[in-house]
Amino acid sequence: MAFFSRKTFSNPGTRQKSIPDGLWMKCVSCGTTVYRSEVEERLHVCPTCGHHYRVGAHDRIGLHFDRGSFEETHGGITAADPLEFAAGEHTYASRVDRARQETGLNEALVTGFARIEGNRVALGVMDSRFVMASMGGAVGEKFCRLCADAIQANTPLLLFAASGGARMQEGILALMQMAKTADAVSELNEAGIPYIVVLTDPTSGGVFASFATLGDVLLAEPKAYIGFAGARLIQGALHVKLPQGFQTSEYQYQNGQLDRIVPRSEMRATLAQLVRLLHPEGAVPQEPAEETEAGGDAALDAQAEPDSAATKPQS
Amino acid sequence: MSELVLPFEKRLIELEKSLSHVENEADRDRLNKELAAERERVFSELSAWDRVQLARHSLRPRMLDYTARLFLDFFELHGDRSFGDDPAVVCGLAQFKGRTVFVVGQQKGVKTEEKVKRNFGMAHPEGYRKAMRAVRMAERLGYPIITFVDTPAAHPGLEAEERGQGPVIAETLRTFMSLKVPVLSLVLSEGGSGGALAIAAADRVAMAENAIYLICPPERCAEILWRDAERKAEAANALRVTATDLLEFGVIDNILGEGALGAHRDPQPVIDAARAEIERFLEDAETGIFTPEHRRAKFRRMGQWAEAAPVAAQAPATAEPAPTEPVDNAGG
Ligand SMILES: [Zn+2]
Repeated sequence: MAFFSRKTFSNPGTRQKSIPDGLWMKCVSCGTTVYRSEVEERLHVCPTCGHHYRVGAHDRIGLHFDRGSFEETHGGITAADPLEFAAGEHTYASRVDRARQETGLNEALVTGFARIEGNRVALGVMDSRFVMASMGGAVGEKFCRLCADAIQANTPLLLFAASGGARMQEGILALMQMAKTADAVSELNEAGIPYIVVLTDPTSGGVFASFATLGDVLLAEPKAYIGFAGARLIQGALHVKLPQGFQTSEYQYQNGQLDRIVPRSEMRATLAQLVRLLHPEGAVPQEPAEETEAGGDAALDAQAEPDSAATKPQS
Repeated sequence: MSELVLPFEKRLIELEKSLSHVENEADRDRLNKELAAERERVFSELSAWDRVQLARHSLRPRMLDYTARLFLDFFELHGDRSFGDDPAVVCGLAQFKGRTVFVVGQQKGVKTEEKVKRNFGMAHPEGYRKAMRAVRMAERLGYPIITFVDTPAAHPGLEAEERGQGPVIAETLRTFMSLKVPVLSLVLSEGGSGGALAIAAADRVAMAENAIYLICPPERCAEILWRDAERKAEAANALRVTATDLLEFGVIDNILGEGALGAHRDPQPVIDAARAEIERFLEDAETGIFTPEHRRAKFRRMGQWAEAAPVAAQAPATAEPAPTEPVDNAGG
């Protein structure tokens, strides 16, 4: 469970899931050749099939939060190597160095404060390019500090989760971060701070089984891989054929594990709405709406058809 | 020799056999000394992989062997009040030296039939929900909790996923971490990943001498690193999975000694050690030292990190500890 899959590990960078370089690109999902700039304009979503590409932490912040509003906190925290993990040709220290150079990040979780439609929030964003956004001591500590910061500032906490699980190379100490972060959520709960989580592709293992699923409200991007145990592990153990769409956002929604699947184009509005509703004392007044949004059942209907949200052309 | 005899035990078993044929007093004394020395040598030189094999030995005492010998008046609680009753998880109330305690644990099973019924101690979501029900009841009524950890993992399966295996482990962790009654966890054999930790987020954790407690199976670690599960011994070594490793990291508080033979050949010493551990725990609990704040502070200290200059500034990749930061937090 609490480790990243072989597939993702053997493809460091996992670039094929993010937008490739060049003027034109072929969509990894539908195969259509599209302008790279058009995909980027649509918040890294394929204009033809609605495939949501993975985005790095700072890109993500740029997509959904008010321009220039992000103030990073605890940016210097990075992985230690408590086990001095070296096994044959693999050393953890070199793996982390490579991730830092490739991503320009010190760790897989970026924390800070930002504004969304004017509302100030504490924000955590995980970046799967950094050792598959696995959770070691640094990610655990940053999440705990983020919770403490949200409590102190009395702002809602938003988290964009992504992870392959607990970070194997930190051994048992990485596993302990599950208890530590779950408890940090308790502290939020005791302080009455709303905690909203968006599960993104991929969220699994020990992060899925700790702070990422303890949100008061759980959202997910369409067709994200979300699950506890790797499909390969399940298949290997049980010799069963897994159903189509197993461990996708849509599957988790149908099983009652999520409140809502939110396409990237609606993410900002949805998060801002929740922040206003759950934290009215700090909210910036809403612009008068021109027409009432489809709420409740209408929104559910859209999700009951797993493909509709993603395949609908965004006019 | 039987498959129940591990490779490093073969010499010990041979000595024991020859000892049983010796009539001469002097020879017996000599062989006894030789055997004792050999046992000490073998057990002091065990590799991490040897420990993994010991921990997974099918003759080790299981949760219900402990509860039968340690408690009186055991009353089992069944069902999660929502979906079903998971036989991999056993919950109940019992009496320990005149005091009521709540008991939660995984039962791996002894005979094949029981192992299958109990899914080798791999719990489904309803098992964790049953555990949560039991510990909330203990909290409500004000009784201490003792958990017995013995699982290779939370069950990885289709139905477990459908019923929310990940979220339920998260919820169990949050529940255990905030309990207002004292919690002691005993890691009996295999503490496998989040499925084990879910019921081991405790005020005090003790672990049997030959048990392992780990983030992922060494076979899987080897597969991830080298695509070669056969390099499991190397992986076991790198992962630091033994009781002494965990004591050094501050993840466990005590080691339960297993005597000269190991719990798979003689369960009495480890069960006696568990009894002493529970007794000490209940005495300490009386003093009121185990509060949710205590548990919170204990787990907050776990894990290590470093402070680095921002990467964008092209700082050297080596993480320089800043003097104000608790860089080494694992107490080791
Ligand atoms: Zn496409």
